Amino acid sequence: MNKFTKGLGACMTAIIVASGAMAEPVDDTLVINEEIEIVTRTAAPAHLSDVMDEVMSGWLFRGEETRAMEMDDFDNPGMIFVEQAEDVWNTADGTEGKSCADCHGESTEMAGVRPVYPKYVEAAGEVRTMEMAINDCRENRMGAEEWKYVGNDMVNMTALLASVSRGMPVNVAIDGPAQSTWEQGKDIYYTRFGQLELSCSNCHEDNYGNMIRADHLSQGQINGFPTYRLKNTKLNAVQDRFKGCIRDTRAETFAPGSPEFVALELYVGSRGNGLSVEGPSVRN
Amino acid sequence: MKISIIALAASVGLSTSAYAADVAPTAVSYTDGAVEMSLTGTAGDPAAGAKVLGSRSLGNCVACHEVSALPDIAFQGMIGPSLDGAGDRWSEAELRGIVANAKMMFEGTIMPSFYKDTGYIRPGNAYTGKAADGALDPLLSAQQIEDVVAYLATLKD
Ligand code: HEC
Ligand code: HEC
Ligand code: HEC
Repeated sequence: MNKFTKGLGACMTAIIVASGAMAEPVDDTLVINEEIEIVTRTAAPAHLSDVMDEVMSGWLFRGEETRAMEMDDFDNPGMIFVEQAEDVWNTADGTEGKSCADCHGESTEMAGVRPVYPKYVEAAGEVRTMEMAINDCRENRMGAEEWKYVGNDMVNMTALLASVSRGMPVNVAIDGPAQSTWEQGKDIYYTRFGQLELSCSNCHEDNYGNMIRADHLSQGQINGFPTYRLKNTKLNAVQDRFKGCIRDTRAETFAPGSPEFVALELYVGSRGNGLSVEGPSVRN
Repeated sequence: MKISIIALAASVGLSTSAYAADVAPTAVSYTDGAVEMSLTGTAGDPAAGAKVLGSRSLGNCVACHEVSALPDIAFQGMIGPSLDGAGDRWSEAELRGIVANAKMMFEGTIMPSFYKDTGYIRPGNAYTGKAADGALDPLLSAQQIEDVVAYLATLKD
């Protein structure tokens, strides 16, 4: 008897037995401040249609108390950092003596920016993340120092810019000049890195809904970033999360801000097209 | 196959230097995903094997598998099938093959290859996120594989 088939047979039986105990995502809806309706579950974008039908926010995979913290800004610890960034938004810095507000107006004027990032920036001739756009303003328009890519100033500012777009659908472009970067990100997503030889897809595409030790695996979506994590009680940048997930495969990670992570962020962002911007979200 | 016979003979002859005599990861011979020959020539210890299964820093098999016989281990995963009855479903040689390199039995499986030391993409220095410096040790030693196999063989329905 072919051992491969025998193995499959054995594990099929086990899967049927185990499926009764699957930790499915909850059936719940997210409305923030009784006002902002968040799409946490929607039809998968066309480019994913052969691997999944639905895309889901990580919010659906968290416990009841963690989910509740995101329903009201007074209960969401991430909003404290949004307030801090609001002050920075209005404070002049750098040799030009300008604040973000001097050029951009109220922070709410930035609604609609988060959903389309990362994006191909014509003037730069490359795909850029929001962090890169912010540092471009600081360095070249304000005469101020660049912020550390995943440092507090930067993460707080991305939280502010996410918060003003909450409820808007993620809409990352994958074609045209962004396409080659998107393909590169897709390759990284499916590469089995490290001594454990695990790809993002092994956990977040093939096994979402399952428990891996104490963790309830989500689809690894980034619509909720930055995330306030109860584990480290601070805001976590998206590329810091990528770094942690790759490190956990016993691999050499890429650096936040590296071309590889920019490409991966573009690709992972596009897997969430149609979900609402939700950051700063609360996760465990 | 020849290499593993030589290695086994060597380990029987020189039981004091067990490590040198272990079948090297690259020399293990798989037949339909199974490995007939012991990797060390020393019988596995089921109690030690149970520890490897449950320990985060060793096999961490329970991250993906449930094992009812180890109720003290909290948070058992459900990525793979429950290992209850594995000793009935599989022969010792098959279990050895699965634990040493599951990809030989289940093509493309998510289960890590525990007795392998080459062929990785961007291997790291354990969980530091930094590049590995120098040659890698397999995730489990030859004797740990034997211990795990001995434990799995006790899991009968
Ligand atoms: C001197 C004027 C000026 C200042 C000061 C400035 N920006 Fe900009 N910013 C621009 C211009 C011009 C652009 C590019 C045109 C555009 O897309 O709006 C831009 C683009 C951006 C973008 C990308 C917008 C998009 O739609 O692609 C972000 C994000 C941004 N700025 C954030 C900031 C932040 C945060 C600060 C303060 C730390 C800041 N900017 C300060 C002028 C400025
Ligand atoms: C060994 C399994 C595993 C692999 C491989 C893995 N992750 Fe994760 N990831 C997790 C776990 C566990 C969590 C925390 C629970 C959850 O949200 O899934 C997580 C969380 C995340 C989150 C946060 C989701 C949220 O809503 O807050 C993102 C984003 C993410 N992973 C992206 C990735 C990317 C990109 C890769 C590939 C570079 C990757 N992961 C590889 C296990 C994995
Ligand atoms: C990352 C998850 C993961 C880890 C860690 C893991 N396995 Fe597995 N294992 C699987 C999956 C999934 C299968 C089902 C085979 C397939 O992929 O089709 C499997 C199959 C098996 C089988 C055959 C299943 C049966 O009983 O029919 C055995 C035995 C087994 N694993 C033992 C182990 C042992 C022992 C360890 C630790 C040394 C381990 N596994 C670690 C995921 C894992």
